[in-house]
Amino acid sequence: MSRQAETAGIAGPAAGAPKRRVILALGSLLPVALLAVWQALGDLGYISTMLYPTPLTIAEAFVDLSASGELWTHLQISLTRAALGFALGGGLGLLLGVAVGLFRSTEKALDPTVQMLRMVPSLALAPLFVLWFGIGEESKILLIAKGAFFPLYINTYLGIRSVDRKLFDVSRVLSFGRFKQIIRLVLPASLPNVLLGIRISLGVAWLGLVVAELMASTSGIGYLMSDARQFTKTPVVFVGIAVFAIVGKLTDSLVRMLERRWLRWQDTYKG
Amino acid sequence: MSVPVLEIERLNKSFQTPKTVVTALSGIDLKVQEGEFITVIGPSGCGKSTLLKIVAGLDLAYEGSVKLSDKEVAGPGIDKGFIFQEPRLFPWLTVEKNIAADLSLRNPEVRKKVDSLIELVKLQGFEKAYPRELSGGMAQRVAIARALLRNPKVLLLDEPFGALDAFTRAHMQEVLLDIWQHNRTTMIFVTHDIDEAIFLANRIVILKPRPGSIRGIVPVTLPYPRKKATTSFQSLRLKVLDEFERLEETEYVDRAGL
Ligand SMILES: Nc1ncnc2c1ncn2[C@@H]1O[C@H](COP(=O)(O)OP(=O)(O)O)[C@@H](O)[C@H]1O
Ligand SMILES: [Mg+2]
Repeated sequence: MSRQAETAGIAGPAAGAPKRRVILALGSLLPVALLAVWQALGDLGYISTMLYPTPLTIAEAFVDLSASGELWTHLQISLTRAALGFALGGGLGLLLGVAVGLFRSTEKALDPTVQMLRMVPSLALAPLFVLWFGIGEESKILLIAKGAFFPLYINTYLGIRSVDRKLFDVSRVLSFGRFKQIIRLVLPASLPNVLLGIRISLGVAWLGLVVAELMASTSGIGYLMSDARQFTKTPVVFVGIAVFAIVGKLTDSLVRMLERRWLRWQDTYKG
Repeated sequence: MSVPVLEIERLNKSFQTPKTVVTALSGIDLKVQEGEFITVIGPSGCGKSTLLKIVAGLDLAYEGSVKLSDKEVAGPGIDKGFIFQEPRLFPWLTVEKNIAADLSLRNPEVRKKVDSLIELVKLQGFEKAYPRELSGGMAQRVAIARALLRNPKVLLLDEPFGALDAFTRAHMQEVLLDIWQHNRTTMIFVTHDIDEAIFLANRIVILKPRPGSIRGIVPVTLPYPRKKATTSFQSLRLKVLDEFERLEETEYVDRAGL
């Protein structure tokens, strides 16, 4: 019965496509309207095009930057930094989160220290990192890693601790060993939290990247922006902002796609 | 007579609470033959779940002896299948994977057994469904199949149909009898529904509370399939009810004495 209802829902791509288009149109309504008003105000001279370059000038700057390849070189550098920082911090966060979530003793030994470190602001650490590791790649990646660590750590830890105790009884009755208990019960049950942690960590890594690149750098999108600002090439600053927003949104969408695929089993309110 | 598959002797169980000691079970003696269908019935709080958990090996803090196939129960294991009141399926696994649980469906032997169990519990067409797509009765049938896949020596069921509506419950009772007649798995089935107890059992164990102990054992010799509307069924029902009423009277007197 419910099987049929489900296949009926899947079997209707023809009916699904227009609906998706409507949703897309709905989502872009506000941004498009804003851009139009902005363009009009600029063209009519109501706002300073020096401080608020119109969307068309920004688009022009974008085309120039991408045609020269400058944008892509910087983007590639930024992406590499964010990816490395995320892999380092997020990976450690996941690992420690699992260890602390699974074992009381590790929790007692590690968690208080981790929570203390979490409260140290990145901006306070940045100068120290530069002092210790120079203004090379290490200090930037470590700064990003520091930010990416905590969301994954906390969410993994929380996810493991919220596994239904009743399912543990089931795993005992089915004679799961400790290893199978972790692989077959704890990890899948905490997957929703882990994925949420990944989303937040990715976001933080991306934001940390801006701080790192604006601070001291000779490459990357952040550098492109701070350089443009010094020479009051405001459109380029806007291009940088747009790139950060778009790439950030794309990575987030990627994780959400994984969420939809891996968490299909979830029986939760879908809005 | 053959050796009993399950042998409980002088079983006492008490719970230590911060203020007092609650005696949950006292002097339980019970022998269950292989292939028997036992139902355990009694008012709530009389220790039915406690008894079942001890047999399952989920609770080892007791006095007395509990032997399965002549071996003292030392912990939970797949030789003692357990069905909880709720199905307790893994929500992230499909029906067939829930039944397989830690075993791989790529193993042809497992695959074959899972398929035949799905047929036995009448879930064909739902192999790939997730638990959220199942009704309560269907989910409980998955749980039963999951336990049966492991060829348990005894299947322990703790009010497994208690949360289902009357129609589904009646259907599930028939499904369970089908399974039992097909597999001859020894069943110990806890319930507080007298009709259910009579409909299923070879023997009904009646428990009384404070402390939980066996009030009496009623053998049921009616042939299967049983009809609840027949006079023989109804007279048996009166007999069990009578036991309960006497039980309630003594209860009443006991409490008046306090
Ligand atoms: N973990 C526990 N701690 C203390 N008392 C318990 C515990 N579990 C059960 N009891 C007590 O043991 C008695 C029997 O409980 P239970 O076996 O759940 O009864 P039933 O399943 O027949 O309703 C009850 O009086 C209950 O309060
Ligand atoms: Mg109970």
